[in-house]
Amino acid sequence: MKKIRQFFSSFWILYRDGFRNMTWGRPLVWLIVLKLFIMFAILRVFFFKPAMRGMTDVQKSEQVGERLISHSADTLKIQ
Amino acid sequence: MTAAYHWLFVPLTLGLALVMAVMETLFLVRKDEFWKKAAKFWMKIFAVNFAVGIATGIILEFEFGTNWSNYSWFVGDMFGAPLAIEGILAFFMEATFFAVMFFGWEKVSPRFHLTSTWLTGIGATISAYWILVANGWMQNPVGTTFNPDTVRSEMASASAFWEVVSNPVAVSKFFHSVTSGWVTGGVFVVGVSAWYLLRGRQKQFARKSMLIGSIMGLVGSVAVMLSGDASGVHAAEFQPMKLAAAEGLEDGGRGVAFTVVPGIRIPKMLSFLATHDFNGFVPGINDILQGYTDGEGNVIPSVADKMTMGRTALDALAEYRELRESDPEAAAAARGILEANVRYMGYGHLEKPEDVVPPVGVVFWAFRLMVGLGMLLALVLLLCFWFARKGKIGDKRWLLWAAIVCIPLVYICGQSGWIVAEVGRQPWTIQGLLPVNVAISSLSAGAVKTTFFVFLAVFALFLVIEIRIMLGAIRKGPEIEPETL
Repeated sequence: MKKIRQFFSSFWILYRDGFRNMTWGRPLVWLIVLKLFIMFAILRVFFFKPAMRGMTDVQKSEQVGERLISHSADTLKIQ
Repeated sequence: MTAAYHWLFVPLTLGLALVMAVMETLFLVRKDEFWKKAAKFWMKIFAVNFAVGIATGIILEFEFGTNWSNYSWFVGDMFGAPLAIEGILAFFMEATFFAVMFFGWEKVSPRFHLTSTWLTGIGATISAYWILVANGWMQNPVGTTFNPDTVRSEMASASAFWEVVSNPVAVSKFFHSVTSGWVTGGVFVVGVSAWYLLRGRQKQFARKSMLIGSIMGLVGSVAVMLSGDASGVHAAEFQPMKLAAAEGLEDGGRGVAFTVVPGIRIPKMLSFLATHDFNGFVPGINDILQGYTDGEGNVIPSVADKMTMGRTALDALAEYRELRESDPEAAAAARGILEANVRYMGYGHLEKPEDVVPPVGVVFWAFRLMVGLGMLLALVLLLCFWFARKGKIGDKRWLLWAAIVCIPLVYICGQSGWIVAEVGRQPWTIQGLLPVNVAISSLSAGAVKTTFFVFLAVFALFLVIEIRIMLGAIRKGPEIEPETL
């Protein structure tokens, strides 16, 4: 147990010191944070809403099943 | 477009990972500080590329739910499982070893650090494999059955997972993609080194980097050709329309010539490339449309017949779903009809047979661009290797300029390959099972345009930032003192 704690502690120190002592890498980290923020807090929330959000699996299979079948009917009509 | 954008970053990640791992290995083997500093410089470039490339693939995941909801449901766990493995693996391997690689130079032993550097590259490469397992399944859907109750593709058995994982299309795509990454990394390193030599800076660093970059690029080029050959054979077997479109082949047959460019043909070469037999049968676009007998005597139905079978499958699906509770016997009969015709189910959605033909001109020229540029890049790498080894590369200014020009060319080459693979398989999202027009969500054109332009604006901005940071790092150069050179 002590060894495991020691392992995680040294891992934490590696990260902590690594981020603290960053020079050229600092703007890159900010770039990643900014990008993830834009992606998850803006794009995901306002633009990329899942089309079948809130549906149960049964409802999803009904919807996709209907889509497959109705599209086939549309195609036949055109023919 | 999102996948193509993601593909801008992946090859350089895979290529530079190998470059820095090789250089750090040289540092440990030769105990020469020069290689440590050289490895650190290329790690810096790797980090910039990684920082901007990271998570560009996540946008694809967003799009699956928003723009491709029918597809996402239809593919089921088949697509989700490899992507989940990729996500977990990428996160844990990259988060762990990436950190040790950058933060651990003075904190862990040199051997552990080297192991971390190699594992960062190996992790990225394994991630690519799982992505290509998912992509390969879309091109050759093996190991799954369609469940009419859930309307999903499901793995038929435990052994089906291995069938999916060892899908020959995924395997050849993996080797083709990863080794093309080595070429990208090699060309990039050679080009940047050429820039230093033209400026008269970091001469020894540039010459040694050029040697390693050119060797890696050449090894990658040979491997790309071999894996490309396997991809061609698999295309002939599983996606003959893609091959016919890439060749602009209207009427096929035995002993078919390869068109280098319109007007220049190599007799029997296409047959050899597609079947490894100079007299092998290669179907053309018209053969596929009208039906043909392949080289092994199998009768391949016409597209019109496949459309009929596809509609039979879809009608049976409708009947099954309608009767499964009220009349189980009739439903079972309908299910039997569905299962007998399910492999052509996607054809039932087509309006006319010609819908199975992808944009021939685009695929034809993208293929020629990919192969032509690939050969040009291999030639430049070979010359750079030769003159760098002789110590005469500094005198060949024309070659140094050519090496710099090759940097954008290697990206055009990679994107052309992506176009051949993805545009060439249109109209299918899943070969034979699900065409694009059914796979998409019911969204308004305005909603799709909005997300597209938002994506374009945000990611174009990140690309500009990356190029600026990367150019800044290259201008600054490696931290190698002139006297140590």
